[in-house]
Amino acid sequence: MDPVFIAIQLLNGLQYGLLLFLIASGLTLIFGIMGIINLAHGAMYMIGAYLAYDLTLRTGSFWLALLLAVPIAVVLGLVIERLFLGTLYRRDHLYQVLLTFGLILVLNEAQRIIWGSDVQSVPVPASLSGNIALTGNLQYPVYRLFVAAICLLVAGGIYWIIRHTRLGIVIRAGAVNRDMVEGLGIDVRTLFTLIFSVGVGLAAFAGMLSAPMTSLYPGMGDNILITCFVIVVIGGIGSIKGAFLGSLLIGQAATFGPVLLPALASVIIYLIMAAVLIIKPRGLFA
Amino acid sequence: MLHRYPKRVPIIMLALTVLLVFYPLWGPVLIGDGSDFFLEKLTLMLILGLFAMSLDLLVGVVGLVSLGHALFFGLAGYTLALASPSYSAASLWWMMPLVMLVSALAALVIGALVLRTRGIFFIMTTLAFGQMLYYLVSDASFTGGSDGVFIMFKPTLAIGELTLIDLESPLQFFYFVMGMTLLTYLFLHWLIRSYFGQVLDGIHDNEHRMQALGYATYGYKLAAFVISGVLAGVAGMLAAMQYGFANPAQLGWHLSGEVLMMVILGGMGTLFGPLLGAFAYELLHYAFEHLTLYWQLLMGLTIILIVLVLPKGLAGLILDPPRLRLPRVGVGGLLRPRPAASTKARLGLAGHHKHEEG
Amino acid sequence: MKRARIRKHTRHLLTGLGLFFLASFQPLLAQQNEEGQATPVKLGLMLPYSGTYAPLGESITNGLKLAIKQNGDQLGGRPVEYVVLDSEADASKAPQNMSRLVKGDKVDVVIGPVHSGVAMGMLKVAKQTGAIMIIPNAGLGAATGQLCMPNVFRTSFSMWQDSYPMGKVAYDRGHRKVVTITWNYAGGKEDIAGFEEAFSKAGGEIVKQILVPFPETQFQPYLTDIASIKPDAVYTFFAGAGAVRFVRDYAKVGLKDSVPLLGSGFLTDGNLDAQGEAAEGILTTLHYADGLDSDVDRTFREAYGKAYERKLDTYAVQGYDAGMMLVQALDQTDGNSADRDALISALASVKLNSPRGPVTFSKAHHPIQNIYLRQVTDGRNQVIDVASRALEDPARGCRM
Repeated sequence: MDPVFIAIQLLNGLQYGLLLFLIASGLTLIFGIMGIINLAHGAMYMIGAYLAYDLTLRTGSFWLALLLAVPIAVVLGLVIERLFLGTLYRRDHLYQVLLTFGLILVLNEAQRIIWGSDVQSVPVPASLSGNIALTGNLQYPVYRLFVAAICLLVAGGIYWIIRHTRLGIVIRAGAVNRDMVEGLGIDVRTLFTLIFSVGVGLAAFAGMLSAPMTSLYPGMGDNILITCFVIVVIGGIGSIKGAFLGSLLIGQAATFGPVLLPALASVIIYLIMAAVLIIKPRGLFA
Repeated sequence: MLHRYPKRVPIIMLALTVLLVFYPLWGPVLIGDGSDFFLEKLTLMLILGLFAMSLDLLVGVVGLVSLGHALFFGLAGYTLALASPSYSAASLWWMMPLVMLVSALAALVIGALVLRTRGIFFIMTTLAFGQMLYYLVSDASFTGGSDGVFIMFKPTLAIGELTLIDLESPLQFFYFVMGMTLLTYLFLHWLIRSYFGQVLDGIHDNEHRMQALGYATYGYKLAAFVISGVLAGVAGMLAAMQYGFANPAQLGWHLSGEVLMMVILGGMGTLFGPLLGAFAYELLHYAFEHLTLYWQLLMGLTIILIVLVLPKGLAGLILDPPRLRLPRVGVGGLLRPRPAASTKARLGLAGHHKHEEG
Repeated sequence: MKRARIRKHTRHLLTGLGLFFLASFQPLLAQQNEEGQATPVKLGLMLPYSGTYAPLGESITNGLKLAIKQNGDQLGGRPVEYVVLDSEADASKAPQNMSRLVKGDKVDVVIGPVHSGVAMGMLKVAKQTGAIMIIPNAGLGAATGQLCMPNVFRTSFSMWQDSYPMGKVAYDRGHRKVVTITWNYAGGKEDIAGFEEAFSKAGGEIVKQILVPFPETQFQPYLTDIASIKPDAVYTFFAGAGAVRFVRDYAKVGLKDSVPLLGSGFLTDGNLDAQGEAAEGILTTLHYADGLDSDVDRTFREAYGKAYERKLDTYAVQGYDAGMMLVQALDQTDGNSADRDALISALASVKLNSPRGPVTFSKAHHPIQNIYLRQVTDGRNQVIDVASRALEDPARGCRM
């Protein structure tokens, strides 16, 4: 392959990986701190995308829509945590898995009732609709670079919070040993609410950012969910660093895999996961 | 694990079995026109009940939550479809051991890998392996790809020229499936109470303690995983036989999620619970679907409700019927664990926490 | 010996049970006969109403109901009862759902499905029960090919039928080296095969065939790959949400200006609003188009627009024609749906003056119809030519 195209594919993989990180980070935070597998994480990604679509139509501005949609998503997360999950922490993982399984059905149906089942799209905001010429016949949309930059910013922000704040210490400690955190007299209840709302908010935010790049349809979150599970398992549950590197790895694998090994295109990420688990059963960075 | 059930459990189960056995007597009277369809539905529920019991061995007995159990269910269907000759019927005497062998081999290989992980990791890796096989099957051409394959002729069950059970007849197939489900129930019932089952129970409570006592827990868990996989394979084979059709969706994680729901709805670790759970789940699904096109909303809310107020499922209702006294107001009152259960729950939770530690 | 005796007993028991079964069944049958022709014709709709394929299910249902409403809400003098079932586009549930409609609800005709995998499961039950089935979408070749049967009809298309004509169009427009791209599933591969058959016959060359794992919509790596190959044109099969994303991405990375995008018509059908500017100029072939300008089409469009909020698409026409087919056939049998053979031969002889043009049915019960060449202009799939007139699907492997 031409080195120019290899470079372009690297960029494609990087951009995709960064977007995946935005979703996977929320998932791994919720895993790590709360010990909950949120199957409805993908559904929240979908809700985020539809919120962006709806509010862009209503307000006429994608940016205004983002500003309004983020708090809505966070509040939705808060309600779910307080209403449903809050009563289940003392129970087996299984119940949380099932509860979130039920939530998928409810959220999917809510989407259908509110927004209908037609395919929708969100136009790229005018200020970012330009392109950068790469080769004679290929351009790179500016909006994609913008999304990549935002994802990097969020990643940096999360890193800073975890390394340099009191909350970060609690999160790190919680990922290693939840009981100890409780024993130290930290208000776990509030911490859990915060983590869940933020985690779900991140998924929805990723959905909003993706909205202008993708198409919106019922169940659009289901597939991305599985990919993010793979990332979290590869990186090590609860590890933000793991989720970050895992996302980048899967981003590249999902980009180069289908082009270089078309026969394995659909299973390549699972093969990587199986390989990682054989070598390190707890993920790369646990 | 409740190893001694109160008398009402066998009585209820026996009554339900008798009710099923005599379906041809009461079915047409009660249901009328659609009774032959309902016979098919009951057959399917029995198959799913078998499937749910096989998962219960992992989830309820060993405490391994698998979200990829449909893998064995679907794999068995494909094994039957691909091994059956195109222009004549295969013999079940060959097909059954073949399906069980393939399921066992798959469970051995996959189990050996996934059992290296614990807790949440186990859930995720089983899910991933399920998806992996799903894609392999739906991409390959020899499996008929995403459209699936037909099994043109149902296998026969005969000795020489003598047909023991005519599997083409819906009624005889119903009794055949009922027999298989009953056999599975009795086998698992015995297994759980055997020495092997006691060790599995010990692993469920506290794996580290069992290791300290000198048990090679990995081997026990792998054996349970293989047994569970083989039984799921039997269920999958029966399902493929019923309509003569195998499709990638039978391997997908949605089915894995549904069968897990059946286990919980019925009450995990009780064996008879998941069997009831399969019936209840399918009936609910059927009823909601008839009621409204927004059936998913009702289904989702029901699942949430069950998780919140019926943690022990239907089996919990039977084993520990709610007293006719109003519960204390508030969620805390509703969910307050009973003394006996709470020690157990704490033990279980403590065990899980150990798994999570870095 | 012992076993034989047990078997004998079992048989007696089963016969006894069977007789009981029949006896209790009898009064119900009698009741129905007394009411005679006044009983409604039961139509079972097995279509997706949830998930990704839901819009197709809704359009088909709208079209079907419109046709029957225009006929005075009756078929052959009998009122119509709909039994609507969400197929969930889940193939593993297809046989049991079909069985529910046929044996449980005792519908006279099943209309469905959208999804080819579901069609496979339904065909199995159709074969076993002889139930009459009209497929208003699923384009798998096998339904009117290897697996064809007298009781199964299709009012839509086959993957081959919509893509084959594009092969010649592509060659005639001067394209010699073409990259094909589709999802790695049966429908996509059949569509691509139809195009390749005609394109290779004309003398063109497929330089690369890209199969994207279904339902992945992350197209960036593939588009970069296409750019590095620099083909004369790209032929594609995508539908629904995937099509929207593909068309938008294709335009956004700038490929649209240098490498023309061709496709089977589903690429731009029922989803043009979501594609916007990006779709302008794309050439597709399909059995329906905007601007056909016939009286039938105009009347149909007007009536559809009045009855529903949903924008009209090809799927609605397929549903409408399934309805028209029933109207004609049941008129011919005077509303008798109990005599299956009579109804089947009535259905087979149907000649539709459809909004898409004249439609008759082949021996394999597949529509013989025009395939139009369309170009997206001002957000419409404007017809620019008839790519193939009265095209018949080869029905490979059908012995009927």
